[in-house]
Amino acid sequence: MHDTAHAHVGQHAAPTSFIRKHVFSLDHKVIGKQYYGLALAAVLIGMFLSWLMRLHLGWTNLAIPGLHLLTKNGAPGDVMTPEFYLQLMTMHATIMVFFVLTTAPFAAFGNYFLPIQVGAEDMPFPHFNMMSFWVTLVAFLVLMSSFFVSDGPTLGGWTQYAPLSAVGQVGGPGEGAGVVLWALSIAIFCVGQLLGSLNFITTTLDMRTRGMSLWRLPLSAWGWFITSVMGLTAFAVLMPACILLILDHVAGTSFFVPANTVINDQMQPHSGGSTLLWQHLFWFFGHPEVYIAIVPGMGIVSHVLITNMRKPMLSHRVLVYAMGALAVLSYMVYGHHMFVSGMNPVSSLVFSFPTLVITIPSTIVVLIWMGSLYGAKLRINSASLFALGFISMFIAGGVSGFFLAQPSIDIMLHATYFVVGHFHLVMGVAAMFGIFAGTYFWFPKMYGRMMNETLGKIHFWCSFVGAYAIFMPFHYLGLAGNVRRYQAFAPEYMQHLIPLHKFITIAALFTGAAQLIFVYNLFVSRYKGEPARDNPWQGTSLEWSTPTTPPPHNNFGDKLPVVYHDPFQYGVESSTGDYVMQTSPEKAGPDDEA
Amino acid sequence: MATTVHEPPKIESQRDPSQSHGGFNGGGQGLVPGKGNLPAVKHYSPPPASTGIWVVLASITMTFAAFTSALIVRQGSALDWRHLTLPNILYVNTLVLFASSFALEMARRRIRVIAGGLKADSGDPSRWLYTALSLGLLFVVGQYIAWAQLRAQGLYLATNPNSSFFYVLTAVHAVHVLGGLGGLLRVIRKMSNSTLRKSTLDATAYYWHFMDGLWVYLLVLLWVKL
Repeated sequence: MHDTAHAHVGQHAAPTSFIRKHVFSLDHKVIGKQYYGLALAAVLIGMFLSWLMRLHLGWTNLAIPGLHLLTKNGAPGDVMTPEFYLQLMTMHATIMVFFVLTTAPFAAFGNYFLPIQVGAEDMPFPHFNMMSFWVTLVAFLVLMSSFFVSDGPTLGGWTQYAPLSAVGQVGGPGEGAGVVLWALSIAIFCVGQLLGSLNFITTTLDMRTRGMSLWRLPLSAWGWFITSVMGLTAFAVLMPACILLILDHVAGTSFFVPANTVINDQMQPHSGGSTLLWQHLFWFFGHPEVYIAIVPGMGIVSHVLITNMRKPMLSHRVLVYAMGALAVLSYMVYGHHMFVSGMNPVSSLVFSFPTLVITIPSTIVVLIWMGSLYGAKLRINSASLFALGFISMFIAGGVSGFFLAQPSIDIMLHATYFVVGHFHLVMGVAAMFGIFAGTYFWFPKMYGRMMNETLGKIHFWCSFVGAYAIFMPFHYLGLAGNVRRYQAFAPEYMQHLIPLHKFITIAALFTGAAQLIFVYNLFVSRYKGEPARDNPWQGTSLEWSTPTTPPPHNNFGDKLPVVYHDPFQYGVESSTGDYVMQTSPEKAGPDDEA
Repeated sequence: MATTVHEPPKIESQRDPSQSHGGFNGGGQGLVPGKGNLPAVKHYSPPPASTGIWVVLASITMTFAAFTSALIVRQGSALDWRHLTLPNILYVNTLVLFASSFALEMARRRIRVIAGGLKADSGDPSRWLYTALSLGLLFVVGQYIAWAQLRAQGLYLATNPNSSFFYVLTAVHAVHVLGGLGGLLRVIRKMSNSTLRKSTLDATAYYWHFMDGLWVYLLVLLWVKL
């Protein structure tokens, strides 16, 4: 430990007022919790919307009591219209991708734990950090406000393909004000993420404490750092795309609408725009976004596994390099989302090749996890179970990516439920499992209480079985030709698929209900959970070295920690047991650099 | 058995929080004196601001790269691309923006001289800062005049794709310039109450000079493409 008597960048006095402490807080820990709260609210809304969609898909003319409360014209007699189904689908996807999968694993956990794991008092630009959360909240509110405009939210899907997204009201319900609010929300969201990335990058590069070299960072910190670099470049591209989309709406420009476009028998007053331009700009963000959602989860899961395996990964460095390779390659593969857009077949091959190459670092990551687990005496708890579940989902969802990476196969499977099953497993559920693993693992440090393990394990098994029950059949549906984004399955060849849709709906209701166990566990444990010790999992990284649990305002009290080890000194003999903490000057073994 | 106690590993001095100059993540040192009445500034900048400015510039670069690719794709997507003569005032504005950067650089040099205690009568740097600020404002006004001239010719945002890109690119650049003016105001305020860090001044200067480079790039792009 050493003095922190000098002033620090990012240092700020402990708040005294309620507003500064809990609302407009500069403390990265409070901001992390605020992000988590936002993600929790968002995921419950997103899940509720998916329930409504699934009910409609299983029983098309089902009247869902109270549905009319969500829409002015979309549910006559509480029966969902096709347009309202698409609106719910768009909102479900947008909420989940942006406000859950990006917000929780990256912004929430990263905010709370990155500064602590590097040994800093806070992030270097706390005001920007505070702004990043509030800007993100405003983005969420703007998005949700589209439920309250006359024709409701946009129905264009989270990809908002032009020209329908750019022509206004004539494109359908929600394609007027709904799209403008969507694009405005996402543009604002981008600002929040850019501010967050600025803090994450500078925290990692410049705020590390004495002895904390880059290679001594835990894998979770590496995950957040790599993600922040991706976020910096990806969101900086999505924001201009949204600006151009808004201008096509409100200023009558023609960036994305071609000449002579006729929609609903009306000639559109635009000239010469490019629909593909939107797709290029969107997917240049969109594919890295997949990794923005999953790489933090990879880091979290690695961190959780190491702690519970009581041994290091087969190769810490290769794992980091593989995550970095995923980040770099993610920018080179985006065209595989556009195989059927009419692009030159040579271009398809150009994008197909790196798409297949990106499976190499993905496979390396998985092999390192599997190889490290081999022979390990894994502690089975809720966090480690969800970490294992993450790996399972990542593999199951990743395997289908091999098929979709090849243009000749993708042409057949494009826009079918096969794709929906693929990305829900590899991006959605896997990332959610990463969030759950992180929650069960770090909750004791965040709130000073343990979560209920029994409820956690019930939650895991219900989620694990439920997720497969929902999304594995999607692959079959896709292979059978079931097109996605259809609100009903009228053609004859789809009739025999409807019982499977009903099964999926029941599985979705069951799995969703199981998440309420988690929410219950979260809130009850917050107030009535067993008090947590400072280091309940016998971890080695710096978050387990704080003087109190939860950590004090400046994380480490009067002294910043000094780091002597890498964070995976497990399975050694030391005075504390089978591990040596990063802050301990004890030499862990002959190979220890301390 | 793990019992050996070792010294912590050697690390770069700038990251060593126990160093007396204020630590790896900033500190009371590195402060730039207000009107030369503070002790000499150390030639050491807290890294977060120095790193952070490059992160910001990388982000802005990506944004304008996206706009550029949009412009190139849009130009090739249809035959509605028409030649547009850029208003002459843009060239004057370019000189104004460069002059603003020059003024900021002069202020920086004077601050460095004062901070180093080399020359007591090198002049008040805040005068140069106000000059930079005024010229920056003048640039924004000049851009507005350029827009007004186009409008007078009947070239609006949606008139044709050329005018669309002209307005979008110049407006987004102007918004970034306004952000830089906010940064200059912050420097002036911190200068007056003697809390200005060298890293803050440097970061603001890098940003402001980057605005010059970005504007020249946009001007060439618009001139070539429009």
